[in-house]
Amino acid sequence: MSFLLRRIAFYVLTAWAAITINFFIPRLLPGDPVTALLGRMQGRIDSNAEHALRVLFGLDQDATLWQQYLDYWGLLLRGDLGLSFTHFPTPVSEIVNQSLPWTVGLVGVATVIAFVVGSLIGTFLGWRRGTWADGLLPVATFFQAVPYFWLGLITIAVLSVNLGWFPSSGSYDRGLVPAFTGEFIGSVVYYGFLPALTVVLSSVAGWVLGMRNMMVTVSSEDYVTVAHAKGLAERQVMLGYAARNAVLPQVSSFALSLGFVVGGTLIMEMVFSYQGIGYTLYQAVSTHDYPLMQGCFLVITLSVLVANMVADLAYALLDPRTRTEDR
Amino acid sequence: MSAGVETDPGVARDAGPTAEDPVLEIRNLSVDYGFGDDPTHVLRDVSLTLRRGEVLGLAGESGCGKSTLAYAATRLLPPPGLITGGEVWLTGRDGERADLLSLSDAELRAARWRDIAIVFQGAMSSLNPVFRIEKQIVDGILAHRPRMRREEARERAAELLRLVGISADRLRSYPHQLSGGMRQRVMIAMALALEPQVLIMDEPTTALDVVMQRQILEQVMELRERLGFSVVFITHDVSLLVEVADRIAVMYAGEIVETAAARDVYTRPRHPYSAGLLGSFPPLHGPRRELTGIPGAPPDLSAREPGCPFAPRCPHAMDVCRTELPVLGRTAQGEDGRLVACHLHTAGAPLPEEVGR
Repeated sequence: MSFLLRRIAFYVLTAWAAITINFFIPRLLPGDPVTALLGRMQGRIDSNAEHALRVLFGLDQDATLWQQYLDYWGLLLRGDLGLSFTHFPTPVSEIVNQSLPWTVGLVGVATVIAFVVGSLIGTFLGWRRGTWADGLLPVATFFQAVPYFWLGLITIAVLSVNLGWFPSSGSYDRGLVPAFTGEFIGSVVYYGFLPALTVVLSSVAGWVLGMRNMMVTVSSEDYVTVAHAKGLAERQVMLGYAARNAVLPQVSSFALSLGFVVGGTLIMEMVFSYQGIGYTLYQAVSTHDYPLMQGCFLVITLSVLVANMVADLAYALLDPRTRTEDR
Repeated sequence: MSAGVETDPGVARDAGPTAEDPVLEIRNLSVDYGFGDDPTHVLRDVSLTLRRGEVLGLAGESGCGKSTLAYAATRLLPPPGLITGGEVWLTGRDGERADLLSLSDAELRAARWRDIAIVFQGAMSSLNPVFRIEKQIVDGILAHRPRMRREEARERAAELLRLVGISADRLRSYPHQLSGGMRQRVMIAMALALEPQVLIMDEPTTALDVVMQRQILEQVMELRERLGFSVVFITHDVSLLVEVADRIAVMYAGEIVETAAARDVYTRPRHPYSAGLLGSFPPLHGPRRELTGIPGAPPDLSAREPGCPFAPRCPHAMDVCRTELPVLGRTAQGEDGRLVACHLHTAGAPLPEEVGR
């Protein structure tokens, strides 16, 4: 129990540090949102309106940084992430709520698929090392080495532009109204297939190689030899003894990669014009939209933290050595 | 080379199907490491017989092929190890003999643990760290007795732990919660789960302190009396072997250089290497004497010279030792039941004192 409490305390502290840094970073960036907005509108806003905008954005008050920090926490705890500058006056929380499910749904599912498929292939390759199966390694290394944007563009060029099998951008047919209908879900799956495919292709190789190498290491452990000597069936030794232990480091990197699902999909969302959180963050940064930026950062930070915590707990569940003794 | 075993009439006890009640017979076993054009021959025509109820000690320095012999005989040799020849005959409880090296995978799996169980070198690493002791004992039992209920197997596991002096509530422990000595006892308990006929112990006590070594050895010997299995005991510690083994085979550079009754090896070694090994360990009984050790190190098996592999380190090496490989044969004294592979015994000249007592 004390193990759990200590972990939770650790994560609360980390979350506090992350949120505090999240508060300060945008204030250290050069430029200011009003000037940026005026620049973007290119004279369509009367320069006399500048003061009005400053008041509107709350930039006129001479609050100390400390006061701002306290206010920030107060609002945060009420779930108020402020209003977006660029999509004024939409609340940031609403924008995040709209984009987050798309990213989590698409990339999350793709990551899970890549992990499961990759680990299974890796298990097999590691077990059959030194045979024809090793011939698959260069293929895996190739997909591991190819830059993601290139893979994405090639996939679009071949499967979408030339063959016309899949749409090249967007997340669902714009002619449909978002709802929980079979037609709409079908459309989401259809539009999501290509982005998901590229995410799986580019990340599965990492899981394959990682799992294969761990399998090779674990297979030479004494307890695997003992399992053979006990006369266990080959499958049981492979999955129950070798893969069971080889998957441990995979699990922790899996949880970490789940955390990066939210933050690490910027390129995919740009290549496929997918309306996820990465794309939103990109827009926020390029328009000096501080509240939206902070909102996105916050979501990303918290999701990495939660993923870490899940990894910790999963690891403790899978590996008794990491549990502290409570004898 | 011990190929001479088959032909030498004086050694019938040690070879062929005529040997009395053998439970495990290794014949001309050869093992290479490496698949290429130039593999390393780590075992060359090794023959060895284990009689029912006997404790056979296998001695020699590190890198002499003791463990390789154990792994090869049970077909557990990991790549790049490759068995290039030989037979390993196991006599089942029903008296039926089978060559382990030519069994199908399924037959081999069935024979493992039921007929031959192994306790490995690393007490620390032989147990899977992520499973409870109980599961690791039970799954071995269930693999061979699929119809047994899990409950029964669990009870058997508890019984086995009590057999080696560990309380049954330790079944719920993970390996890291046990001390090194306890882990090795668990391994021994696990090895005895199916009442095997042969127990191979590969340096089972090397990682343990001397007190624990003794306790565990005494326990194994007591269990052997009670359950009647045969033991192949591998160690580099000859003084220890003298205490526990009935017979000793001394290995050097992948070959057996001397076999004899344990007491004979201890009091009257016939091979200069055996004599050197004995001089490297303090005697357990008797007056204190200076430890001498053997100068040099075992040869690099990938670059074999002609002649006796021990010749460069041998204080009595002659010209013939550097050109001709000695074969396992009778001693110069013509003693029954012992074999030695050394030119000193065939040269006809008087033997040096340390191997001629």
